[in-house]
Amino acid sequence: MKLRGPLLTLLLAGAFGLCVGPFWWLAMAATQDDKDVFSWPPKLLPGGHLMENLHGLEESIGLTRVLLNTLLVAGLQTVGAVVVSVLAGYAFAKFDFRGRNLFFVLLLSTLVIPDTVMLIPIFQMMMDLGLIDSYESVVLPGLVTPFGIFLMRQALRSMPDELLDAARVDGAGELRVLWRIVIPVNRPIIAALALFVFLGGWNQFVWPLIALRSPEMYTLPVATATLQGLSTTNYAQVLLAGAIAAVPVMALFLVLQRQFISGLLAGATKE
Amino acid sequence: MSLAPSESAPAGAVAAATGAPAGRGVCRRPGSPGPGRARPGHGRLLTRASVPYLLIMPAVLGFAIFKAYPIAASFWISLTTGNGDARRFSGLANYRRLLDDPLFWTALKNTALILVVQVPLMLGLALLVALGLNSTKVWLRPLWRLGVFVPSLTGLVAAGVMFSVILNHDAGLLNWVLSLFGVDRVNWLGSPFWARVGVVLVITWHYTGYNAVMYLAGLQGIPKELYEAAMVDGAGPVRRFVSITLPQLRPILLLTVVLSTIGTLQLFDEPYVLTGGGPDNATLTVTMYLYNNGFKYFDFGYASALAYALALIVSVLGILQVRLMGERR
Repeated sequence: MKLRGPLLTLLLAGAFGLCVGPFWWLAMAATQDDKDVFSWPPKLLPGGHLMENLHGLEESIGLTRVLLNTLLVAGLQTVGAVVVSVLAGYAFAKFDFRGRNLFFVLLLSTLVIPDTVMLIPIFQMMMDLGLIDSYESVVLPGLVTPFGIFLMRQALRSMPDELLDAARVDGAGELRVLWRIVIPVNRPIIAALALFVFLGGWNQFVWPLIALRSPEMYTLPVATATLQGLSTTNYAQVLLAGAIAAVPVMALFLVLQRQFISGLLAGATKE
Repeated sequence: MSLAPSESAPAGAVAAATGAPAGRGVCRRPGSPGPGRARPGHGRLLTRASVPYLLIMPAVLGFAIFKAYPIAASFWISLTTGNGDARRFSGLANYRRLLDDPLFWTALKNTALILVVQVPLMLGLALLVALGLNSTKVWLRPLWRLGVFVPSLTGLVAAGVMFSVILNHDAGLLNWVLSLFGVDRVNWLGSPFWARVGVVLVITWHYTGYNAVMYLAGLQGIPKELYEAAMVDGAGPVRRFVSITLPQLRPILLLTVVLSTIGTLQLFDEPYVLTGGGPDNATLTVTMYLYNNGFKYFDFGYASALAYALALIVSVLGILQVRLMGERR
């Protein structure tokens, strides 16, 4: 059994290669000239065309504007969804009120309903309100996340009641308890939720594709997809756009890995 | 992290509760923006009974507008045909049409096929990876864990453009890697059979690590004493896995099975980006067919009926899985 350690390590290194290898290729392909993207054998070392491809993207999709759009949409969605989730999660975790269980069950049961069910009525609603092709139309539907509310409820439930009661006995109002105790104590899990929501907002595709009309409102995934549909597609640029979409997310994850995984697990392991 | 309730409890509040004049000796003028300021006025507005309702108000509003209403409206739409002013109530006509629609059955068959192959494959691999990552004999574990998790961070468009080139027939990375092992070029995305395999591969690449990390957490929560006791009793590795690991992991296995099933039944992103449902409708999924009907042909009534049929299938399967795997008496 002496070989078991090295053997397992080798297998995991293989899995690592399968998972990360495509990203390496993507990063390299994004620096090639368009005609070298489909060369055989594939280019696995950096090419010299990164700046040229960046300029190309700026011209074809307005990269800077598109990045700012994406950042704004994902940022607004993160702030809004975190506020809604923390408030509702706190109510579900620490208060007894009429309709609590009913609302909670209703909220969770929407998880089995495909998002596509809601696309058509929300689309019509946004049309009627004249909000199509606006940031609001992209952000608003994402503010209530059953997952986020569930995650917050699970996390806040494990907070000792004595802690809250001590502050109340000392005369702290409910807002104060929330702001000064509940939020600071649960900062790591709230950070994890913020990460999840940001990730979802940054990557979201189908709804913005439907809700946004003009190229200067496009988010990065939408712009990338429209680029890919053209007959004169420059694949080096498309791949660079894909790489640009992936980079910030990975950087965030690397920096905040601990919060991220603990958030994932908090949702999964607490019953 | 320090919980420090004393730090949060305002000095003025303590003083007020004990009847001592607030701010005495601390040189704080009444009404100066100290930490104790918010207390008296705001406390009146928020009586204990009204607090939870105020807290869930935003969630209730958002839920009503962007979940409950669309779900109900979509059911109503599924009972109508025509568009705009020409929309008319037509009872169950859309649902009847669905039962006779060969493309719906094709889409359902494709979805079921992908489900039956992909979910067990992915969760099996995830469990193996998790077992490896949990072994203390493995070197550099944090690095491998990080690597296998990274794909799940990638958005569908990034993954889509990446794999549409990697799976290219003539010059794709995958065919090149296979050629190193002497395997002939595979027409991924070009032939009905291989397109399905390609879609399964990409989904598996995308989500295996996520599930592996969940399993890893489950494995790390199993008490070591259970294994020690089993070894004393002479149980071998297979026996220990079947009698301890699997039963202990059951809640988290159930969670991943249900979530993966829901996800795969609603599969849309990967075929949309990679194959557009082709070739020859081999990767057309139910959600994709729904999208085509709604946003390509603008047949909202029929698309909504498809959505409801799918929701029904998802909930029935979900309930069955919970029944089968959940409670064991």
